[in-house]
Amino acid sequence: MKVVFAKGLLNALISILGASLIIFIISRLSGDPVSLMLPMDAPQSAIRALREELGLDRPMWEQYLIFLWKAVQGDFGQSYRWQVPALTLVFERLPATIALASAAFAFSLMLAIPLGVLSAVHRGSWIDQIGRVIAMLGQAVPSFWVGLILILVFAVELRWLPAFGAGGVQHVILPAIALGWYPVAAQTRIIRSGMLEVLESDYIRMGRAVGTPERLLIWKYAFRNALLPLVTIMGVYFASMLSGAFVVETVFAWPGLGRTVVEAVFSRDFPVVQAGVLITTILFVLSNFLVDLSYGLIDPRIRL
Amino acid sequence: MNAPLLRVENLQTHLHLRRGVVKAVDGISFEVHEGETLGIVGESGSGKTMTCLSILQLLPTHGGGKIDGSVELDGENLLDLSEDEMAERIRGPKVAMISQDPMTSLNPVYSVGDQVSGPFLYHKLVTTVRDAWAAAANGLRRVRIPSPERRLKNFPHQFSGGMRQRVVTAMAIACSPRLLIADEPTTALDVTIQVQIMALLRSIQKESRVGIILVTHDLSIVAGLCHRIAVMYAGRIIETGKVRDIYRNPQHPYTQALLEAIPHLGQKRTRLAAIPGQPPNLMDLPTGCRFAPRCPKRMSVCDEYPSATNVGDNHVVNCWLAAKH
Amino acid sequence: MSVTSAPAPVPAVATSGVSRFTSRLRLKGAPWVPLFILAMVLVAAIGGETLTPHDPNGLNLGAAFKPPFWQAGGTSEYLLGTDNLGRDVLSRIIAGARVSAIVSLYAIVFSGAIGTMLGIIAGYFGGIIDTIIVRIAEIKMAIPGLALALIFSATMDPGLSTVIIVIVLTYWTWYARIIRSEVLSLRERDYVAFAKVAGCGSLTIFFRHLLPNIFNTLVVLMTLQVGQVILFEASLSFLGLGIQAPDTSWGLMLADARQYITYAWWGITMPGIAIMLTCLSSNLTGDWLRDLLDPKRRQL
Repeated sequence: MKVVFAKGLLNALISILGASLIIFIISRLSGDPVSLMLPMDAPQSAIRALREELGLDRPMWEQYLIFLWKAVQGDFGQSYRWQVPALTLVFERLPATIALASAAFAFSLMLAIPLGVLSAVHRGSWIDQIGRVIAMLGQAVPSFWVGLILILVFAVELRWLPAFGAGGVQHVILPAIALGWYPVAAQTRIIRSGMLEVLESDYIRMGRAVGTPERLLIWKYAFRNALLPLVTIMGVYFASMLSGAFVVETVFAWPGLGRTVVEAVFSRDFPVVQAGVLITTILFVLSNFLVDLSYGLIDPRIRL
Repeated sequence: MNAPLLRVENLQTHLHLRRGVVKAVDGISFEVHEGETLGIVGESGSGKTMTCLSILQLLPTHGGGKIDGSVELDGENLLDLSEDEMAERIRGPKVAMISQDPMTSLNPVYSVGDQVSGPFLYHKLVTTVRDAWAAAANGLRRVRIPSPERRLKNFPHQFSGGMRQRVVTAMAIACSPRLLIADEPTTALDVTIQVQIMALLRSIQKESRVGIILVTHDLSIVAGLCHRIAVMYAGRIIETGKVRDIYRNPQHPYTQALLEAIPHLGQKRTRLAAIPGQPPNLMDLPTGCRFAPRCPKRMSVCDEYPSATNVGDNHVVNCWLAAKH
Repeated sequence: MSVTSAPAPVPAVATSGVSRFTSRLRLKGAPWVPLFILAMVLVAAIGGETLTPHDPNGLNLGAAFKPPFWQAGGTSEYLLGTDNLGRDVLSRIIAGARVSAIVSLYAIVFSGAIGTMLGIIAGYFGGIIDTIIVRIAEIKMAIPGLALALIFSATMDPGLSTVIIVIVLTYWTWYARIIRSEVLSLRERDYVAFAKVAGCGSLTIFFRHLLPNIFNTLVVLMTLQVGQVILFEASLSFLGLGIQAPDTSWGLMLADARQYITYAWWGITMPGIAIMLTCLSSNLTGDWLRDLLDPKRRQL
């Protein structure tokens, strides 16, 4: 287990480092990084100071090291729109995004688990068919459109829920559904096929042969085994959720990191974009790492 | 003679597949008495496992299986019962089963204690989980697993194959069933472990007078445990009798071939005797004797299915050769 | 089999990947509706302006906010209604199909080519080359898709070419990973080893033996990618970082219509349905092709 932990951590660090390199390269693509980092009407003195600071007259690899060094200290530059250090702003907005992504994830599991298990148990029946249709549709629509439709139906027409902002539980419902919709299809499919396989296994038959109640057999003994393949792809779908957060937060004016970064792109507030993307990446890599660790919790064969 | 514990009459299990109907079990009848072991012997595909599953009504859920006939346990026809009744009353307290592969018979993600204590709770032999685990420890002790209390917390992958089979046995006998079905319990195990498991079953039978159906393709292990044998071929029973009679005086050419095929020390032949040919396609069975195409003693009358002939003390065979004498 | 007996004859790999593909193609059970929809998108793409009932960019403020023809106030002149500037929604959808098709085409060709090339190199040569390529892919995948698109768009000017570049950067790993594992399993098979022994150069091996076998996989991947690309481009355009006016894109239409959601429901519904139908068709067709060409991957 310790080996798995160390290896995973090393991989995570390499990924984060590599991502920082990519981000750095992209930031130098336009040829003039200073114009990205400062507003157009900045005085010459500020421009010169920044050139000095970033080491723009030094070779590329040195610039990267400077970038890395500053990043480790938390210095991503100043958001000139908000007049605070970029990283501070990012950390301020991060919790809202994590809250939204968690709610979305919970929603997707709340839908996928019953759909997947019931589809498998009642294979071929109408439940199975409906599950398949929902799954199919889920993967064919962009999350922002789901958000727009939800707003149209629930906020505009029915007026049950608010269309934007954050404030109470009711504000997170629609965005969470919009964000969590996409992975439902794949999750349902994986749970379903996992369950189908497990339900025909010898140990389930053995359980049945000693009179285990069917409900216990399905939801306790079979389900846990079917979870394993699901956990494998959880990481991938968390990525799509972090990705989707950018658009969904924009649609619902959710005060999270996603919307902040999108706005920063338009207001040419590059330090914030840089910091935001890197933090999102780190979040993603760490969550994958945690998912890998959680295997041990579910499957005792991997423990110790 | 007292009434049999289990009486199977004309059991038929047909699997309705898209391609056709597989007659896995095609009209078999047999009895098992208390404290007695019946061995069901045959090749793969003969219907032995299907027979076991049919008694417990554990056919694969999406296989399109239909069971006909009667399976009377203590006078009650199990086939008349609903799935719920089977789960509540029958499976566990009355009938239990041990499968072939101990590696896959236990749930890998739950502890042994969780799985063995389960039946005690489901059938209300105890009221608390703690009592159930204590009963499970006793169960492990009964199947001769050392340090049972400690081992309850272990997981199946921490046990060897032979140990796992003991755990499975403990699960099966937890509620002291009247009938135990052992489907090739030692096929996947070492020869030395085989002997141990057989001994275990024998001692359990002595203690509790449980009736055992031992299913196997290996005639050499039958002698130690079984009192009587039924030989199955292509979904039907072709010979039954006491162990001694079958070994000493096999009547059906198939039984004879099976006995021939057992290698023993000191035999002069160097090549293993195998039965030439293949078993018939269960979707397309011949109307006559099903072994005839492979039978070395085949006659023209074998085109008609042989009726049962009594050749001795409860020794019955379906073969025209026996009928001739 | 004794050592002195002759080895089994090498199967003639002369059957090209294409003929193998067409021989497995069975028209029975084909998803007709999805194929039809995809064909329509293609037709719209090729036909362009000639097929639109009205000029997609034709402003006509007098006809603004007309609902679809089946609703009160709608006319059959503007079948799906008009937007805030009086532009015909149907015409704009057809024009948007054009953009979707073009973006898909370029994105798939480029990301497919790059990804496949890298996948083959990684899988075939193995060793350190493989490790490096896999590592690069892993690092790239650490950055969530849209995040990468955002930071890229922050430094480059938004537009069609930026969109394509971003999609290629995002999706090449898709191809690379799958093709790589295909090549890895192919490498173990007899005839490649035999060809090596017989003295075929690497390039020959590549073209005559590897390529035909991955052809089927490629076809499936490319079909499935159409839907993914459309979703991605729609998201980018919706944010304002993709296709820019005066070009039309379904995502852009949704962005424009968003502010009028309270009184023009068709503005945000119609383009979305177009996206959904196209993506659904791509997914269904891809699944059908996958079942047809590679039964191993069939899902229960």
